[in-house]
Amino acid sequence: MKKNNQRQGLITAGIVIVLLAVLVLLDNAAWVPPMLLTVLRKGVIYALVAVSMNLLNGFTGLFSLGQAGFMLLGAYSYAVLTIPVENQTAIYQQFKNGGLHFSITESLTNVMGEFGTLIGVIICLIIAGAVAALFAYLIGLPVLRLKSDYLAIATLGFAEILRALVQFEKLGPVTNGSNLLYGFTSFSNFQIGTLHLGTVMPFLFSGACIWIVVLLINSTYGRAFKAIRDDEVAAEAMGINLAKHKRMSFVISSFFAGISGGLLAMYQASVQAVTFKSAMTYEILLIVVIGGIGSITGSILASFLFVGCSEWWLRFLDNTTVVSLNGKIASVIVICVAIVGVVALIFWRNRKKAFADKRNTIFLTLIVGAVLLAGQIKFAISSSLQLPLLRSGFRMVIFSIVIMIMVLFFSKGIMGDRELPDLLQKRRNAKAAKASKGGDAQ
Amino acid sequence: MSKNVLKVENATMQFGGVVAVDNMNLEVNEGEIVSLIGPNGAGKTTAFNVITGVYAPSNGCVWFEGDKIVENYPHGKMQKLYKGQNNGKYSHITAPTPDRITKLGMARTFQNIRLWKSQTVFENVLIAKHLRTTSNLFSATFRLNHAEEKRQREECDELLRVMELDGVRDELATSLPYGQQRRVEIARALATQPKLLLLDEPAAGMNPQETDELTAFIGKIRDNFKLTVFLIEHHMDLVMDISDRIYVLDFGKLIASGTPEEIQNNQRVIDAYLGVSNDA
Repeated sequence: MKKNNQRQGLITAGIVIVLLAVLVLLDNAAWVPPMLLTVLRKGVIYALVAVSMNLLNGFTGLFSLGQAGFMLLGAYSYAVLTIPVENQTAIYQQFKNGGLHFSITESLTNVMGEFGTLIGVIICLIIAGAVAALFAYLIGLPVLRLKSDYLAIATLGFAEILRALVQFEKLGPVTNGSNLLYGFTSFSNFQIGTLHLGTVMPFLFSGACIWIVVLLINSTYGRAFKAIRDDEVAAEAMGINLAKHKRMSFVISSFFAGISGGLLAMYQASVQAVTFKSAMTYEILLIVVIGGIGSITGSILASFLFVGCSEWWLRFLDNTTVVSLNGKIASVIVICVAIVGVVALIFWRNRKKAFADKRNTIFLTLIVGAVLLAGQIKFAISSSLQLPLLRSGFRMVIFSIVIMIMVLFFSKGIMGDRELPDLLQKRRNAKAAKASKGGDAQ
Repeated sequence: MSKNVLKVENATMQFGGVVAVDNMNLEVNEGEIVSLIGPNGAGKTTAFNVITGVYAPSNGCVWFEGDKIVENYPHGKMQKLYKGQNNGKYSHITAPTPDRITKLGMARTFQNIRLWKSQTVFENVLIAKHLRTTSNLFSATFRLNHAEEKRQREECDELLRVMELDGVRDELATSLPYGQQRRVEIARALATQPKLLLLDEPAAGMNPQETDELTAFIGKIRDNFKLTVFLIEHHMDLVMDISDRIYVLDFGKLIASGTPEEIQNNQRVIDAYLGVSNDA
């Protein structure tokens, strides 16, 4: 048992070191597409928020939609505390004598150099988390008495209130009203000599936080959270203090949401309240649902997939014109294959039904498919390079359709409530069982 | 005379105009097995819910090991509606949540089984140990409490062995047959280290053989864990076999109490169960 644990620890450490090495390489190699770095950075930050939301929604069973609000608190706390003093007059030009007139990272850098910056960033991120946690504690006192949808509505409203409050003019000397905050320490500030560390740092910060959440979930408190999720009445009857544990989960979740808000501020290198709309909460909720409610690895995978799709892989759908004939042919082929594939999929799913039952579905599918194909063929034989259907923003339409299909057909998400190591373990067990069976047969 | 573990004093539970439990007085002494029986809808489960803190009684109080743990009197809206007795006798509100009562040493099972469905048998029992943990959030997260964690796991394994559940340790709790699920629920209640065990219809939905096993089992755990047992039950075989004393509840009122023989020959109990013919 102990030996096994040691082996597992070594394997984990090995994976982590290899991952970090690859990231450092990606950061410094010239051939890496900049989009990849964007996806990696934003993806890992979203992974942390998704995990923090999953702790609340998936492991404690509290349906809360306040994540964007807590991220906003974290982002602003981080930004306000780290803007260098000499930049403050320029940034707060609308507000006379605005800004805090000190900067934690700057002061520490002056004292300890490069290392001081790192310490300062860590301190500020923890403060960012603590501010979010404090607000979560206060709002949690009344709000956590609510259940399910009512809790979601209350927290959503709270997040919107926070956004309005930050933009409030009287708070301008601190938050700069609805104007941009910028010029603070961001990921591009991290480098040793000529070695860029802009992608490794978010991975380190997020990874550490996610690791803490995983430890928490597997501790006695995490088990109590799961008991509350599964059956509140039984949990209370077995001596689990509902109010205390719900508040605990809410505060911890908000703490990590605050930290990820700080990280997002570092990634964007600027903070503005407008970005933290409720749409952001829905994006995160989507990641949690796609990854599987109650699965940490699911949330992490889904956040990379989500960010990859929305930022990078579906970008080509936003192009309205193709440059050359080759591009035109390629796009026609890709879209035709997609249409035929979807039609075939619908046919295949209905293959066992009687014709009378599926008549409407089949006709509708055929008509829509034929119209779309005709459009493509018309485009192929015409001389214009203006793509039909595709407009800027069409990416989001396709993305929404993909998500709808996802939720309809894989309602448990990618991972369900399992974790990646569980799946590997299961395969190993199955292999072992097979091997022993084979042995018996002989 | 051994001291009483549980004492319910003048407890009345009124929902709107309906008096579900009416002026109930009962005592459960240390080491006894006491049953609460009554026809359907007599208010037995409501009585349990009052004792375990799910409901605060409309009037009356509950004592546990010599301490008053629950007390309430008609106030607010209930003041006008109250139909029960002893109005004005109590003047304090003590209404702890169920988890605090469980922490004092009173554990219960449910009439309709309420196991944590995504957890294994072992985890179900282990989670019930959470209320006895001394580690805080920080030490639990960073595994500074591994000595305690290890001890708790060993205790749970021991408990499962005593309950003859070690064969299904890693099965999902809700995938077990009905009788075993009941036993997991009892094991889970025992994991909270209670002094008083409250069983709400432990034999509901069991066949005669399972019921016989359960009868032997309840006596065994009483001796093994030095418990006092208070149970609600419909199976008269089981009740008459294991009870030291029986209380009978009908329409919220206690109509009889005594040893199994006394109850069997009590005319009011027979009337409550079988009804009174009009032409008698």
